[in-house]
Amino acid sequence: MSETKSNKFVIAVYVENKFGVLTRVTSMFTRRGFNIDSLTVGVTESPEYSRITITMSGDGYARAQMLNQLRKLFNVKKVELLEDVDAIERELVLVKIRNDPENHQRVLSALDIFKAKIINYSVEALCIEVTGTPDKIDALIEMIKPLGIIELCRTGIVALQKGGGSIMESDDVN
Amino acid sequence: MKLTGAQIVVETLIEQGVTDVFGYPGGQVLNLYDAIYEAGDRIRHVLTAHEQGASHAADGYSRATGKVGVVIATSGPGATNLVTGIATAMLDSVPMVAITGNVPQDLIGRDSFQEIDITGITLPITKHNYFIHDVNKLADKIREAFRIAKSGRPGPVLIDIPKDIQTAVAEFEPRPVEPPFPQHIPSETRVAEAAALIDSRSRPFIHIGGGVIGSRTWDLVTELADKIDAVIGCSLMGLSAIPTDHPRFLGMQGMHGHYASSMASNDADLIIAIGTRFSDRATGNKAKFAKNARIIHIDADFAEISKNITADIGICGDIAAALRKLIDSVHEANHMDWMDHIEDLRDKELSFLVDNPGALTPLKVMETINKYKNADTPVATDVGQHQMWAAQYIRFQKPRKMISSGGLGTMGFGLGAAIGAAVGTGERTVLITGDGSFGMNLNELATAVTYRVPVTVVLIDNKTLGMVRQWQTLFFNHHYADTNLDVRKTDYVKLAEAFGAKGVRCASPTEFDAAFSEAIKSDGVTVIDCLIDKDEFVLPMLPPGGAIDDIITVKKGV
Repeated sequence: MSETKSNKFVIAVYVENKFGVLTRVTSMFTRRGFNIDSLTVGVTESPEYSRITITMSGDGYARAQMLNQLRKLFNVKKVELLEDVDAIERELVLVKIRNDPENHQRVLSALDIFKAKIINYSVEALCIEVTGTPDKIDALIEMIKPLGIIELCRTGIVALQKGGGSIMESDDVN
Repeated sequence: MKLTGAQIVVETLIEQGVTDVFGYPGGQVLNLYDAIYEAGDRIRHVLTAHEQGASHAADGYSRATGKVGVVIATSGPGATNLVTGIATAMLDSVPMVAITGNVPQDLIGRDSFQEIDITGITLPITKHNYFIHDVNKLADKIREAFRIAKSGRPGPVLIDIPKDIQTAVAEFEPRPVEPPFPQHIPSETRVAEAAALIDSRSRPFIHIGGGVIGSRTWDLVTELADKIDAVIGCSLMGLSAIPTDHPRFLGMQGMHGHYASSMASNDADLIIAIGTRFSDRATGNKAKFAKNARIIHIDADFAEISKNITADIGICGDIAAALRKLIDSVHEANHMDWMDHIEDLRDKELSFLVDNPGALTPLKVMETINKYKNADTPVATDVGQHQMWAAQYIRFQKPRKMISSGGLGTMGFGLGAAIGAAVGTGERTVLITGDGSFGMNLNELATAVTYRVPVTVVLIDNKTLGMVRQWQTLFFNHHYADTNLDVRKTDYVKLAEAFGAKGVRCASPTEFDAAFSEAIKSDGVTVIDCLIDKDEFVLPMLPPGGAIDDIITVKKGV
C-alpha cells in the first residue's frame, strides 16, 4: 500500500474474548491487503470482551473497507473509527539508554522535559518509562537517540473516545 | 438423552434438515462414520473418490437446491483436500458446512500423525469456523454454523471436531431450526433517493449477480425492470436467475459477455446493481466502466457497496425488502429510444454469430443440449472456454440451473458439483467440461457410477487448454507453452468404460445429436467425447485491461 503517514487513523474493535479471535481480525487485514501500523489488545470493563485498538494508514476507501470488513467478522461485536479530535490516544515506551557519565546531564534534562521516569538503574544502563501521545513519544526518541539507545519497546496506541459515551452504545450500521 | 459427540453431530445434522452428506472417512472421523452408519436410514452419505470431489458435490448440491451443503473429511490431508472446495464456495457465497475430524486434544500442537490446523488454514476462506473444545457446546455450535452459513450473504463454515469430543458424552435434545439472522432493513431515505434517481434517468440497466438467486428475488427484479422499462444483464453468477428468453434479458456481460449486454451497460445512464460485487470479469477496466451511468448498488453485504465500483447510492441489507420498497416508490416509465437502441445492439450481436456449417462447433454442441434438456435440468460446468460457451449459449428457464465456479474459477469443480446437483434435485444433470478441467477430477466418475447418479458428461475435447491457448494466440505470439494436450494419449471412451460408465465419441453434429439425445434419456452415466477444433475462440472478448469499447467480436489474425 502506498498511503502516506498523514492518512493515519485509529479503529477501536470490541471482540468476544475467545480463542483465536485476534487471529481472525489480523488475518482479515492480510487477506484484504492492508497494513497495520500498530495493534494493541487487552481486557475491557466486561470479561466477555477484549478491546483491540488498531492504527493504520490509508485513504477514505481503505478506511471504509476496514470498518465494513471488520463488522462482518462473526466474533466482532463493535467497530468504531476514533477521529483525532474526538479521541484520547496514548502510548507507552520503555527505553534502555547507555549510562554514560558524560551524557548524564543531557539524559536527565530530556527526562525532565518529557516527564519520564527512571524505572531501572544500573552501572551500564538506565531504563526509562514515558507515556504520551505518539507524537510525544516520537519526539522523545528523536531527542535521546544521540545519547545511545540500547533498545526500546513501544506498546502501540490505545485510545478512548472523549466524553461520557461508550463505543458499545454507539450505532455503527451504515 | 445422553449421546456421544459423534452421535450429536449426526442428530444435529438431521435436526437441521440434512438428508444427504458427501465425504470420505478416515482415522479421526471413525466415530462419526460409525454414527452415520447407525443413522443410515435417516441420512444418506455419498462416498466420493477424493475429498475435493466431496466438497464440490456439497457445493453443487447447495447451488442446485438452495439448501446448506454438507461435507465431511478426516483430519490432515482429508481436511486440506477440502480447501479448494471451501474457497470455491466462499468466492461464490454458497452456504456450506464442512465438518472435519482432528486428533484428540491432548495430541493437538504436537505435529501428531495427520494433525493439521485446518481452522487456521481456512480462516480467510470461510465465513466463520470453529474448533470444538467442549462436547456440551457441540450441538449449539453446529446449529450456529448452519445459521451463519445461510444468513445474509451466505458462505461456508467449517467445524473442526477433535476425536475426544466425538467420543465424549453429553446431553442432547433436538430443537426446532432457527431462522436466519435478521437482516438489516434497507434505509427508507436511501430507497427514496434511489427512486428519485431512477425516475430522472432514461437508459436504465439492471445488473444482477448470484445474490439475486441467493435472496430468491428474480421475480422482483423482472417486476422492477417492467415498471421502469429497464433491460437486465448479469454476471456469470447471476445466470439462470432470469429466463434466457425473457424479453428484457440481454445475457451475461463482461469479459466474454453478450455483445448487447456489455454495450448496453456501457451506454446506460443508470446501473442498478443487485446482489453482485462488480467483479473485474464483469466490468472490464474499472476506471472506464459505465462512465455515462449513475450507480445504485443493492447488496446483502454492506462491505460490497463501493468496494469495486463506487456507488452513487448504496442500499444494504435485505434485498427482497429493498426491491419491494423500490418498486413501490418508482414511477412507471417508458424509454422508447433506449429500447430502440437495445434492439439495434441485439441485431448487431446476431451479425457477429458465425458458425462453421458442417463442423462440430461449441455453438452446435450447446444448441443440441438446449434442444434435449428440459427446464429442470441443472447444467454444471468446469472452468475455461467450455464454461464461457455454456454461459453464452445454454438457455435457462428456471433459477439455480447454472452450476459454475465463478469467483475462484476452479478447474475440476464440475464433475463433483454435477453429482451434488443431481443428488440434490434428483434431476439428470448435464456436465459441460473441457479436457483440461475434466482431467483434474475425473476420478469422481467412480462416484457417479457407484450411486447411479444421473449425470451426462459433455466433454469439449479440443486437445488443448483452450482458454490459455486463446490468450497465447492473441497476446503471446502463438507461444503455446504447455497448453497442448494432444500429446496425452487418454482415450475418453475407454476411460469411461473403465469406470463402468458409457463412452461415446463424436466428431460431427449428427453424431453428437444422436449421442446426446440417447444419453439424456438413458440411465446411468455417459461421457460424450466431442472432438472440437483447438482454435475455436470464445467471443466476444474484452482484452486484458480493456474497457467495453475495446470489445473484440470477430476472430482475426489466427
